[in-house]
Amino acid sequence: MMSLCNRGQGPGDRAQGLNPFERIASSGPAPTPYLCSAGQNPAISLQKLLSFSLLLIAGLSLAADPTTAATANPTDPLWMVGIKAFLVIFGLLTAFAYMTLIERRLLARIQIRQGPNRVGPNGLFQPIADAIKSIFKEDIIVARADKVIFVMAPLISVTFALLTFGLIPFGPKDAFFGYDPWVIDLDVGILYVFAVSEMAIYGIFLAGWASKSKYSLLGSLRSSASLISYELALGISLLAPVLLVGSLNLREIVEWQYQNGWLVLYMLPAFAIFLLTSMAEAARTPFDLPEAEQELVSGYNTEYSSIKWALFQMAEYIHLITASAMIPTIFLGGWRMPGFLEQIPLIGGLFALPFVWMFVKIALFLFFFIWVRGTLFRLRYDQLMVFSWGRLFPLALAWFVLAALVVAFKLPTATLGWLSLLSLLVFSVYVTLTAKPKPRVTPRMGAGD
Amino acid sequence: MSIAALAQSMGITLKALFSKPVTIPYPDAPVPLKPRFHGRHVLTRHPNGLEKCIGCSLCAAACPAYAIYVEAAENDPHNPVSAGERYARVYEINMLRCIFCGLCEEACPTGAVVMGYDFEMADYRYSDFVYGKEDMLVEVQGTKPQRREAAYTGKPVKKGYSVPYVRPELEGVKPPQQK
Repeated sequence: MMSLCNRGQGPGDRAQGLNPFERIASSGPAPTPYLCSAGQNPAISLQKLLSFSLLLIAGLSLAADPTTAATANPTDPLWMVGIKAFLVIFGLLTAFAYMTLIERRLLARIQIRQGPNRVGPNGLFQPIADAIKSIFKEDIIVARADKVIFVMAPLISVTFALLTFGLIPFGPKDAFFGYDPWVIDLDVGILYVFAVSEMAIYGIFLAGWASKSKYSLLGSLRSSASLISYELALGISLLAPVLLVGSLNLREIVEWQYQNGWLVLYMLPAFAIFLLTSMAEAARTPFDLPEAEQELVSGYNTEYSSIKWALFQMAEYIHLITASAMIPTIFLGGWRMPGFLEQIPLIGGLFALPFVWMFVKIALFLFFFIWVRGTLFRLRYDQLMVFSWGRLFPLALAWFVLAALVVAFKLPTATLGWLSLLSLLVFSVYVTLTAKPKPRVTPRMGAGD
Repeated sequence: MSIAALAQSMGITLKALFSKPVTIPYPDAPVPLKPRFHGRHVLTRHPNGLEKCIGCSLCAAACPAYAIYVEAAENDPHNPVSAGERYARVYEINMLRCIFCGLCEEACPTGAVVMGYDFEMADYRYSDFVYGKEDMLVEVQGTKPQRREAAYTGKPVKKGYSVPYVRPELEGVKPPQQK
């Protein structure tokens, strides 16, 4: 809104080179600014917002602490939790660095070219070179920016992106050298994940707001609007599985799937919706409106440079990694191997390792996301909104009602499996009916065949 | 936007993912050139070792960029340089002016000047871009900077290209050794 608020002022104000809000505050009664409520200083309300979000951070980190939270199930000593938290953060940052390389290589191969292969063998040191480059680049803070918020926004993004991964179970109890292979075990697991990942929007929004650039502002407005729209379908798509399992705890969801079969079999529509909305959540290609390069330079991080820009990238990739860990945890049996493989005696014993299957599944979904990015185009903004509110949201609601009915009338769980199959059938019929007929090839005139 | 089309496009990219890249990591791998590539000129010789060039200057006349300078001299009948009456005492091409159009090759009545394959001629001084006979005769390998580097390192000239075959006009030119 900053640039819009400037409208009501005379041309001389620009020459003064002052922050318009400082000017309003210093020089008595200000002319009523266009599109702004008179006399109110938006910067103050934003500071309130910031302090509120900081309070929320503190509250959430308290909730995440196994010793204080009533909902957490404390099993490990605190120092071990600390080590595991460090490992998760270190692992995520390394994974981020190498995801950039893997993504660039894979995208290159999809575009039939080589990709970065100059730094080190096969380009393996490219992330290190990138890190050094982005640290030593000039760190510009825009002169008119709201400096505190400008600096804090990338930190907020990264912090909230890092907070969710600790919930994901990587194996059975005591699998990590006698300790549990998860950082925290919350009974409100999924709720916590949503609460925290939702907060990451603040990073994006504040970044756009604080940079005082039209591109940044438009980018951040877009991304917050789209993220909020997609959160809705994302949350509702998960209600049905939660209802069926009867627990928000990720570990218990995995256990339920071990006993009853993967949730994707019962919850195919919910899985599809969750997959799509996760893509939007991580701002990946079909939904990468926030940084539509062709339209918005780079979106909310236009004014950011050096390591602060890298932090935004980091947050984005960590969201992606978290999403591709959440999808298998909730729908594809988590760290357990596929059930039918366990029947085979030799392989069953060989592959029953705690971490392996989770990593395989994460890698699978990361590949899928890159593959989609290499293929699909970006949706227009209105298409994005229509797709979210007009398609995904009603679908998620309808499936939730169906699942609720099945649970309420105590029908066998297999009913949901049949309903999933039915929905697949309906979907494929819909696809075939709406498929455009192949354009008739008219023979070229004149040219001999 | 039909979903079938989306699935089809996903298939296309997956196929592309497993195909061989069309780009070449050039300084590491040779660039595959077509046999009729227009590179650095080659002054060819007859099988008996005599130069084909008779110093007629038709190439210089045909050159649209005025890049060629020829100075002819009479052959010594007992010890001829070329197969004709005269030979090119000086034959210079300014590679900075040359547009590699190949008109000199078309104008040449004896097929003496032929477009070769060398293209790595980047250098530091203007004077180093004027290639004389000693830089263009068939037996000379590589360009000026390549030969300078080869003399410095003691290794043979490393050529950055490969050709499926050498066209017959380039009499005596051997294709680069492939590893």
